[in-house]
Amino acid sequence: MSSDLGSISLLGTSALLFEAPGEMALPSQQRIWALALEVAHWPEVREAVPGMNNLMLSFARAPLALGEIKARLHAAWQAAEPLPLQGRVVELPVVYGGASGPHMGDVVAHTGMSIDEIVERHSAPLYPVYALGSHPGYCYLGGMDPLIATPRRKVPVVSIPGGAVSIGGAQTGVSASEGPSGWNTIGSTSMRFFDPAQDPPALLRPGDSIRFRVEKVIR
Amino acid sequence: MIEILSASALATVQDLGRVGALRWGVGTSGAMDPLALAAGNILLGNDEGAAAVEVPVFPFRVRFAQDCAFAVTGADVAAKLDEPVLPWWSTQARAGQVLNLGLPQGGAWRGSRAYLCLAGGVEVQAVLGSRSTQLRGAFGGHEGRALRQGDTLRFGVSDGEQRSTDFGLVPPALALPLQVDGLPAMRVLPAAEYTLYSEASRAAFWSEPWKITAQSDRYGYRLVGTPLEAVSALEMRSHGIVPGVIQVPPGGQPIVQMRDAQPSGGYPKLGTVIEADLWRLGQAPIGSRVRFIETNWDEAVAALAQTRRWLDEVRRLVELQRGYRSGR
Repeated sequence: MSSDLGSISLLGTSALLFEAPGEMALPSQQRIWALALEVAHWPEVREAVPGMNNLMLSFARAPLALGEIKARLHAAWQAAEPLPLQGRVVELPVVYGGASGPHMGDVVAHTGMSIDEIVERHSAPLYPVYALGSHPGYCYLGGMDPLIATPRRKVPVVSIPGGAVSIGGAQTGVSASEGPSGWNTIGSTSMRFFDPAQDPPALLRPGDSIRFRVEKVIR
Repeated sequence: MIEILSASALATVQDLGRVGALRWGVGTSGAMDPLALAAGNILLGNDEGAAAVEVPVFPFRVRFAQDCAFAVTGADVAAKLDEPVLPWWSTQARAGQVLNLGLPQGGAWRGSRAYLCLAGGVEVQAVLGSRSTQLRGAFGGHEGRALRQGDTLRFGVSDGEQRSTDFGLVPPALALPLQVDGLPAMRVLPAAEYTLYSEASRAAFWSEPWKITAQSDRYGYRLVGTPLEAVSALEMRSHGIVPGVIQVPPGGQPIVQMRDAQPSGGYPKLGTVIEADLWRLGQAPIGSRVRFIETNWDEAVAALAQTRRWLDEVRRLVELQRGYRSGR
C-alpha cells in the first residue's frame, strides 16, 4: 500500500496512521508538522499527533466511511509545504557508559565501534525535536548518525530511569521519567522535561533542538 | 469521605481517560473496563465519566466516613457491607460501615477488575482534563499514584444528600456476550504490518487461544501462544499508537497495549483490539485464555454504536427506576 502518496492504516476505530513516503529527514518532518496543523481542524479529528515521518489522527468520532477522509488526507499531504519551526536549543550534559549506560556493550557489539567513537558520533549533532511521544515530555529526535544505529532490544526492559539516553534503531532520545523501554541505554542526564502544572506541560516542542555535551565517559 | 483499609492493593482512581494530550506524550489512562465505570456512574445518577476506584487485587476494603450511595460494577467480587451486596446494584452505605470486596466469582464469566463508584464521583483534581491516574507521569488521580492503606478520598455529594438506590442492571458480559469455543473473544482490526506476518502465523493468531501471562498490567497484556513470525525483519519508525494495538516484539509473542500504554511505539503492529471490545480484555484475568476474531471497519463501527445503545438503554432504565421511586 506504500506509494509516493504515503500509506494510511487503521489503529482500530480510535485512530488512523499516515506514514509519509521516503527517508526520514528534516524537510519531510517539516511537512508532517504542517500536515498536523492542517488536519487538527477537521471535525472528525480529536488530535493530530506527529511521529517520526508519520502522523496519527485520533478520532473525536469514528467516521462511518473511510474512503473520503483517506482521500482528503492524501490531498492534504500533497499540498503540505515544509513548516520551518525554529525553536530553542537545550544543552544536556551526559555521562556515557558504566552504570548509567547498561546497554553500551550491546551498541559496541552491534556497531563494532569503540565506546569513545560511539560517544563522539552520538554527541556531535545538534538534534532537532521531531515529535513528542512515548511518555509525558519525551522527545523523538532526528539527525542521529546512522553508523551507531542499533536494533531495539528483543525483549523490552521492565524499567529504565528518567534521564536515560538511549538508541532504538536509527533513533536516539532521553527518557523523561522512569518506565519500560525497548531501547538501548548508553548514558544518562538530568533534566525535568514535563510539569503538568505548566502550560504547555512539556519543556520541549517540535522545532526545538537538543545538544548532548559529554560530561564523562565510563569505559 | 471513604478511607482505604487495604495495604498495597494497586487500586487507582480512574475516569474514562485523558484525551487531547497525546502531543505532549501523555497517554490516555482511564478505566480498563470503561463500560463498567460508565454504567456504575449511571446507576448513581452521576455523569458517565465521573471518577471511580478501579480495584484489580482482592480482598479490598474501604470504610465509609459518611453516608454514601455506591455501586460495585465490573467483576462480581462478592461485595459485603455487613450483608452481601449485589454486583451492578446501587446501595446506600451508612457512616462507619466497611465495604469488603472479595475474590472475583466464577459463574457465567469471571472478571478481574471491580469498580467502586460513589455518588457524585471521586473528587480529585482534574489534571490535563482528566481525573485518571497517570502512573508513568506521576500525576492525576490520587497524588499520581496507586492508593495506599490510610488514604482518604472525597466524593462529590454533601453529607445528607440522598440518591435513590436499590436497583441494578444486567452486566454487559451477559447483555453483550462474545465468546469463541467457550473463551472470551475480542474483535481485531488488522493493522499496517499484518500482511508482513507469515500465512501460518496469521492463521494461528485467529484460530488459537492466547494466554494472558503474569507480566500483564494496565500498561499492556503480554500474551503467549505460537510465536508470530514476520516474513522479514521489521524496524519501524516511532509512531502514535492507541490502547488496543497489538504489538509484536522480535520474540514473536504479542503485547496488547492497554489503558496506561505509552502513546507511541515502534514495534510492528499485527492489529488492534477494537475500542468496543477492549473492556472484555481489560476484564480477562491473568492466566486465562482469550480468542481473537478478525473484523472490518464497518463491523467495528457498528460494535461501537451497539455499546453506545446499551449505555443509553441503561440510562433509560435507571431513570425509569428513579422516577418510580420518587413517586413521579
